Amino acid sequence: MSQPILTLSGLSKSFPGVRALHDVSLSLRPGSVTAILGENGAGKSTIVKVLTGIYRPSDGEIRVRGELKSFSSPRDAWAAGIAAIHQETVMFDELSVAENIFMGHMPTGPARFVDWSEMHARAAALLKRIDAAIPPEFKLKRLSVAQKHLVEIARALSHEAQVVIMDEPTAALSANEIDDLFRIVAQLKAEGRAVLFISHKFDEIFRIADDFVCLRDGEKVGEGAIASVTEPQLVRMMVGRPVDQVFPKRDVAIGDVVLSVAGLSNATEYADVSFDLRKGEILGLYGLVGAGRTEAMQGLFGITPKTRGTVTLEGRRLSIGAPSDAITAGISYVPEDRQEQGAIVSLGIRENVTLANLSKYIRGLFLSRTSEQAETRRLGKRLAVKAANWEQKLAELSGGNQQKVVIAKWLATRPKVIVLDEPTKGIDVGSKAAVHDFIGELASEGLAVVLITSELPEVMGLADRVLVMKEGRVVDAFKRGQWSAEAIVGAATGAAKEAA
Amino acid sequence: MKGLFNYRELILASILLVGIAAIGAYQPAFLRWGNISDMLTETSVLFMMALAQMVVILTRGIDLSVAANLALSGMLAALVSQYYPEIPLVLMILTGVVCGLILGLFNGLLIAFLGIPPIVMTLGTLAIFRGLIIIIAGGDQVNASEMGAAFQAFPKQIFLGLASPVWIAIAVSLLFWIFLNYTRAGRGLYAVGGNPVAARYCGIDQRRQELLAYVISGAVAGLCGYLWVARYGVAYSEIASGYELTVIAACVIGGVSIGGGVGSVAGTLLGALFLGIVMTALPVLQISPFWQMAISGAVILAAVVINARAERRPDKLILPEARRLRRV
Repeated sequence: MSQPILTLSGLSKSFPGVRALHDVSLSLRPGSVTAILGENGAGKSTIVKVLTGIYRPSDGEIRVRGELKSFSSPRDAWAAGIAAIHQETVMFDELSVAENIFMGHMPTGPARFVDWSEMHARAAALLKRIDAAIPPEFKLKRLSVAQKHLVEIARALSHEAQVVIMDEPTAALSANEIDDLFRIVAQLKAEGRAVLFISHKFDEIFRIADDFVCLRDGEKVGEGAIASVTEPQLVRMMVGRPVDQVFPKRDVAIGDVVLSVAGLSNATEYADVSFDLRKGEILGLYGLVGAGRTEAMQGLFGITPKTRGTVTLEGRRLSIGAPSDAITAGISYVPEDRQEQGAIVSLGIRENVTLANLSKYIRGLFLSRTSEQAETRRLGKRLAVKAANWEQKLAELSGGNQQKVVIAKWLATRPKVIVLDEPTKGIDVGSKAAVHDFIGELASEGLAVVLITSELPEVMGLADRVLVMKEGRVVDAFKRGQWSAEAIVGAATGAAKEAA
Repeated sequence: MKGLFNYRELILASILLVGIAAIGAYQPAFLRWGNISDMLTETSVLFMMALAQMVVILTRGIDLSVAANLALSGMLAALVSQYYPEIPLVLMILTGVVCGLILGLFNGLLIAFLGIPPIVMTLGTLAIFRGLIIIIAGGDQVNASEMGAAFQAFPKQIFLGLASPVWIAIAVSLLFWIFLNYTRAGRGLYAVGGNPVAARYCGIDQRRQELLAYVISGAVAGLCGYLWVARYGVAYSEIASGYELTVIAACVIGGVSIGGGVGSVAGTLLGALFLGIVMTALPVLQISPFWQMAISGAVILAAVVINARAERRPDKLILPEARRLRRV
């Protein structure tokens, strides 16, 4: 076995309250493809960010060809020969292909002016090396996602990168484009470069990878040659521990069907999503990031138009054309990014809390400040919002308190059904438990809850039933007590059913 | 804090008071009721136009066509007065308002439903409206002698010591205050400008809010068009040329955030009053028109700097001692 190009040893990364990586070691050999596997939040992206100089590790060392390196910026990582191709390409849409390839290290002439003809010639040569028929002078925005990936690969080659990181590069590609990409990966291999390949899709991993490293909760739980494992073994490694007993589940009497969704579809994002939801029930919606769960629920809520499907609430057929229709009917949707998509920081707490159903506070002709204040006080106290007074601007509150205000806003609409999109994303372990408890409390009050989550322990701990979505469709459904972590992850990733 | 004025508005009000006192000390005639009353009359159009512009800016938009709209609506009202002198005054005023409203509706429809950037759209309509004035008036102007007597007399009538335009400005200000603080649509303007995505999730229709803002802006410009033309006794294609910049300046001085979502009636009125005083006081102090413009410009820049500092995200309070300090 040849000397590894890149070696990580004892790598750890902590954020306040969260341990993203703990004591991870791995090495990349020249001319090989190493796949990193793991559930959402297992630490895959953190490794990429450490390797590209975006995060600094809390502990551990990075060696390139045996030499100790410390990256304090992405530029250092480039200089060390590490280049990354990102999930969503981060490039400049309004600039040309050549400018994108050479951004940050454009060839210059004698007077330090950009040498355009040299740059275009070198860009064309790089693109030709990977058989990409893209004119270097095209603006990037004219290219497809697959072509943008090729430009990123050309950019990596322009740095003579020895290590190429691909973070879910196939997420937005068609089957043919994936074939092209894999052909280039094979070429990079043949040239003796090392490729770090991050993907959720087992078929791709088995097709392209030589080695694997499996992460769970920021720790390495397995590694080896891909030829030596089977899909079910990998799934078991990813899931690992028994997860059924993490959160005490409340005993809630489940009532009649409140919401009935049938055949919800739109043109490109989701198809035939159907389910019934009962009073007091928590329905988990599990799947990989990008499985279409958020999109389907946004269609239900009227944020994006759906092309087909019916929504029935308490026996009444709804026609939801805009979010206001859904709110009036009694459906609330708490978006994933609660601060960006929920909080209006230039307004006060009261104005935020009452915003989603202002008509409720109209007395006579005008809004009644008294009734607005009463509702704000009620919910502010219930959610323990910490503020000097209820008129305080949201900009002056901490992030956690802003999130509470956003949730208060949706509870103020007195919904019958509430959709929570990743309610614990980005919050620390302690606050998570409080959120879980609160979700249980909502259900025990008779609210029907749809819980979109990418965290297996969360969905298994809270939900009464779980629907699993994959590539825009509901592929499986499980009832509490009749599920296993392996089966749920298997359904979400499309791994072959357990044989052994 | 949520009284009539907030902190920044209090500062602006104090600066105004100090300024007025200083000018008064130098030139006591400035403080005579007659002069103050004249200054308010002179500024009344700016009060209303600034409030209307604020509503547009709240939605993250801008309306550069307001002065051209004012001139076109004023011209139409003047023409009605010239050719149909027998119809009641209220209908002539209504002509101006409805004309302005329709022009605003045109802006609003294209901005809200075709997604044309407000600055581009209203720059275009600015030129179109000015051109339309020449077309409908056949290239002529309407002089005082051609307008009806009642048409011209109304803006000069005095009630309880103040001219009628001031009373109209007071009424319009009250309406704006009620609208922005006590109606759903008014709150919606702040929401759409403060965070369009969040507003959408709350069921607020951004396009309807934008349309409303430009319609309001247009209608107010139409009303001011009548007042302007009748008060100065002349209508032609170049009246109020460049006035849109004064209006926007009043908003900025008054603390309206060009980024949208922030602004108040009290602040905007103070901003307009500030400019009104600068423009009426400087001639009293015998300062040349060149310096008047330079001083107005410096004041605008100063206001922008102060606003930028105020809009900086407040520091988070993480240290326990900092939290204790804030509580005191």
